[in-house]
Amino acid sequence: MSLLEVRSLKASYGVVPALHRVDFRAEAGEVVGILGHNGMGKTTLLRAIMGYVRVTGGEISFDGADIRPLSVNARARAGLGLVPQGREIFPNLSVEDNLMVGIAAQRAEAGPVLAEILELFPRLKRLMDRRGGALSGGEQQLLALARCLCRRPKLMLLDEPTEGIQPSIIDEISDTLKVLTARQDITIVLVEQNLDFITGLSDRVYAIANGVLDSEIPRDRLTDPQAVSEFMGFAA
Amino acid sequence: MDYTIIVVIEILRAISWLVLLAAGLGIIFGMMRVINFAHGEFLMLGGYTVIMSTKAGVNIWFAMLVLAPLCVGLFGVLVERLVIRFLYGRILDSLLATWGLSLLMIGGVTLIFGNTVEGVSTPLGAVDIGAYSIPAYNFVLIFFAALFMVAIWGVMKFTRAGLIARATMQNPAMAEALGIRTTWVYMATFGIGSAVTGLAGGLLAPLTGVVPTMGVNFVGQSFITVITGGASMIAGTLSASTLLGSISQGMTILTGPVYGDAALLLAALVLLRLLPQGITGRIFTRSL
Repeated sequence: MSLLEVRSLKASYGVVPALHRVDFRAEAGEVVGILGHNGMGKTTLLRAIMGYVRVTGGEISFDGADIRPLSVNARARAGLGLVPQGREIFPNLSVEDNLMVGIAAQRAEAGPVLAEILELFPRLKRLMDRRGGALSGGEQQLLALARCLCRRPKLMLLDEPTEGIQPSIIDEISDTLKVLTARQDITIVLVEQNLDFITGLSDRVYAIANGVLDSEIPRDRLTDPQAVSEFMGFAA
Repeated sequence: MDYTIIVVIEILRAISWLVLLAAGLGIIFGMMRVINFAHGEFLMLGGYTVIMSTKAGVNIWFAMLVLAPLCVGLFGVLVERLVIRFLYGRILDSLLATWGLSLLMIGGVTLIFGNTVEGVSTPLGAVDIGAYSIPAYNFVLIFFAALFMVAIWGVMKFTRAGLIARATMQNPAMAEALGIRTTWVYMATFGIGSAVTGLAGGLLAPLTGVVPTMGVNFVGQSFITVITGGASMIAGTLSASTLLGSISQGMTILTGPVYGDAALLLAALVLLRLLPQGITGRIFTRSL
């Protein structure tokens, strides 16, 4: 049984449809990449899985249960984590407090979780007293990742983590995610436009175009630009 | 020397008065951005709780410190569930709804108790300072105003609940994604803000007397203090209360209470002209 299974999913913003048909699955411990250009439905898909966007059809099964009736916070408590586009850190809280919110929300003992997180994100150690809003974009992205991991999610939804980030921090994010996936205790669904980043991390890659996701891009085709363009909805 | 001590105590009492009036509003408006126009009537409800309880033979301190915050806090939770929760992010709508609530509360209380001033005697008697004598109750007000500020600061700064409340008020959607039940946080925050207001109403009841329309006299001072203070709930309330309370009481001592009130309004106008985001919009910006 897959950890996450999305079948024939449809979603809309009010009366405006945004996702027409989405079918994919993520097995426990794997990284699933979803490739797509702007406006194709990548963020909407993650927001629908997390519960922010109204689902109008299809199914979302997580850890064997239908999560569609659950609120956003109930999905988080069930083990879903979201690192949203734009990071959405708490700007007036310190870095430490941002992390503590993730820990406090699950009533965990702070010390061991914080130590483990800072081992994964050593750059945050010297920023603990800084206000979240005063960090650079890259540092905020690391903080958003770290804050999500404080909850120890079973599945992490990552929305364009490389968007607007300096290359050195993209490498840092990539290395950290590789460490996490090597442990096999977390599953990641990653949406991106950055082909190199997504192929470097993902076990399997899907393409989404115009709100439709139903085809996995075979690994041997990921190095062929023309094939990737076709999967992403651009005719040859 | 004695006169100087009396003046200092009177100024501290005036500052405490504003802190007590504004603390609950600081939580509800400062944190939640809900304009509770019925704030004055929440104070009135705290006052009536003390009057009714003491008439029923309850000890006045128990009535002021336990029953008033409990009753008004529970009433606040009810109001949040029935009215306010539908209006988050809609400032004008929340203003109109709570204005309606304020009129309803005045009408309801007038219907039950009539439009007459009810009173309860000030406990503790007087304290002599040299040739002068002042009510010992002034020290109670000063003590509780300081306690309010320290307690709210401590809860917000050092507790898990305070951290979750601060995070939720900054970004409720993200707080939800971290597993926080934000509807509970909003309900609890509004309830606590109401309880603090009820406690203030209870403490002020022996000084002001209680009448259904008493809230009208206080709501203006409360909003002026919170808005002049700016975004930081504690530093804002404290700095605005200190500044406005000192100016108002200083002028009252020099000229009389009418000029004291006028000086408070004038000082608030000048401050908001110079600091449109309030005091903590420019200074103490990182404070709670």
